[in-house]
Amino acid sequence: MTRHFDEDLEALRRRLLEMGELALRMIGNASRVLEGQDESFGRAVGEDEELVNRLHVEIDDECLRLIALHQPAAGDLRLIAAALKVNTDLERIADQAVNVAETGAFLAKAPRAKLGDIPRMVELASSMVKDALAAFSRRDVELARSVVARDDEEDRLKSETLTKWLSQMQKDSSDVQRGLDLILVSRNLERIADHATNIAEDVVFMVLGQDIRHSAGKAQKAP
Amino acid sequence: MEVRGLRAGYGSNEVLKGVTARFLEKAVTAIIGPSGCGKSTLVRCLNRMHETAPGTTMSGQVVLYGRDVLSLDPVVLRRHVGMVFQRPNPFPNMSIFDNVASGLVLNGIAGGRSELEGRVEASLRQASLWDEVKDRLRRSALGLSGGQQQRLCIARALAVSPNVLLLDEPCSALDPIATARIEELVLELKKQLTIVIVTHNMQQAARVSDFTAFMLLGELVEFSATGTIFTKPSDKRTEDYVTGRFG
Repeated sequence: MTRHFDEDLEALRRRLLEMGELALRMIGNASRVLEGQDESFGRAVGEDEELVNRLHVEIDDECLRLIALHQPAAGDLRLIAAALKVNTDLERIADQAVNVAETGAFLAKAPRAKLGDIPRMVELASSMVKDALAAFSRRDVELARSVVARDDEEDRLKSETLTKWLSQMQKDSSDVQRGLDLILVSRNLERIADHATNIAEDVVFMVLGQDIRHSAGKAQKAP
Repeated sequence: MEVRGLRAGYGSNEVLKGVTARFLEKAVTAIIGPSGCGKSTLVRCLNRMHETAPGTTMSGQVVLYGRDVLSLDPVVLRRHVGMVFQRPNPFPNMSIFDNVASGLVLNGIAGGRSELEGRVEASLRQASLWDEVKDRLRRSALGLSGGQQQRLCIARALAVSPNVLLLDEPCSALDPIATARIEELVLELKKQLTIVIVTHNMQQAARVSDFTAFMLLGELVEFSATGTIFTKPSDKRTEDYVTGRFG
C-alpha cells in the first residue's frame, strides 16, 4: 500500500540532505579562508549559516508535526528520531565551520606549511561528513561504520596539534597567538568529526534499530 | 496462562493455525492484527467461549496455572477468566447494583447482604465507577453513558475475583475520553490481574500493554515486549503492519 506519509518522510530526508550539503560547503569555504584565499569565502560561510539555521528550525518543526499527526512506529519512528538528531548535528557542524572561518581570518596570512596537520584535519572531517550524509541517504550501514572508525584519527591529529603548539608557545612567546588559534581550529575540526560520527551512529540506529553509541560494538557487522 | 499449538475454527474454516503463546501474570498483553487474523477467536478460546457457538472446532492446549482448561467446568473457568466485549452489554433489566451482583449471586459467592454490598462497592471502585454511580445504584444500568456501561461490565467481571481478564476491543464503541478512562483502568488493574486485550488501535496497544502479539492469517507472527514491537520489530510483516503499510 502506498502511503502519503512516505512522501512526507522522503521530503524530510531531502531537506536534511540539502542542509548537509550546505554544511559541507561551509567547511569547504572555511578551509579556503584558512588557506588565505579571497575573503568572500568568509562571507559565504556566514550567509550559508543563516540558511542552515532556518532549516534547523523548519526540520525540527516538520519532525514534530510528523510525530503528532502520524504517530509513527518502527522504521518510520527511527527515521524521524534519527532526523531530529542529525538535524542538530548538522547545525552544530555549521557553527563549527563558522568558528573555523572566523579564526581562519586571523591565520590567513600564515604560510601553508605553518598550518601543520590542519589541512589534513579539514580533509578528514569533510570526508566524514560527506560519507555520513551518503550513508544516511543510501541507508548504508557499512559506510556509516567506516565513518565511526575514522574518528580516532581526527582525535589523534587534534592531540598532536595541541601537544606541538603548547611546546612551541613555551619556546617562543611570539607564537602564542598563532598557536592558540591553531589549537582552536583543530578543536573545531575535531568537533565536526564528532558530529559526523554521531550522524553515522544514527544511521546504524535508523537502519538496524541498533544503538552503537558508547559501545565497544561499533565494529559489529550488520546481520 | 498459555496456549500451546492452539488450532480453532468454524466448520472447515480453520482460523487459528497452531498458536503458541504465554500471557505473563500481572502484565497486559495486547493482541493486534488485521481483521480476520484470529485475534478474537484466540481470546474466546481462553475462557472456552469459542466452543459455545455451533460448528466450532478447537484442538491444542489452553493452560491456566498448569491445568488444561478443557478439564475444567466452563462456569468455574469463566470465574477465573473474565471477559468484556466490544460493545457494553449490561443486563438491560437490572439495576447497576444487580448487574455487578449477578455473578456473585449466580455463583453463590457472596453470603449475606452486607457482604454482597461490600463486594459490589469494591468492584465498582476497582472499575473506577463508584463515585459516579454510588447515588443511583438502584437505577437501570441503561441510564449510564457508553463508557460508564463498559466500566460497569468490567466491574461485573471483576466482582467474581478473576485471575485473568480478557478485553475484546473494549473501547471500539467509546469516545476518546471514555477510552482514556478504560486505558487508565487497565493500567491500574494489571497490578492485580493478568490482562489480554484485543485491539485494532495500535496506539492503544502501545500505551497500555507490556507485551504485544501480532497475528496474521491465523498465525502468531511475533510476540515481544511492546517497546520492541513498535520500535524495532524483527519480522518484516510486523513492521509493515505497525507502520500502516498493510492492514
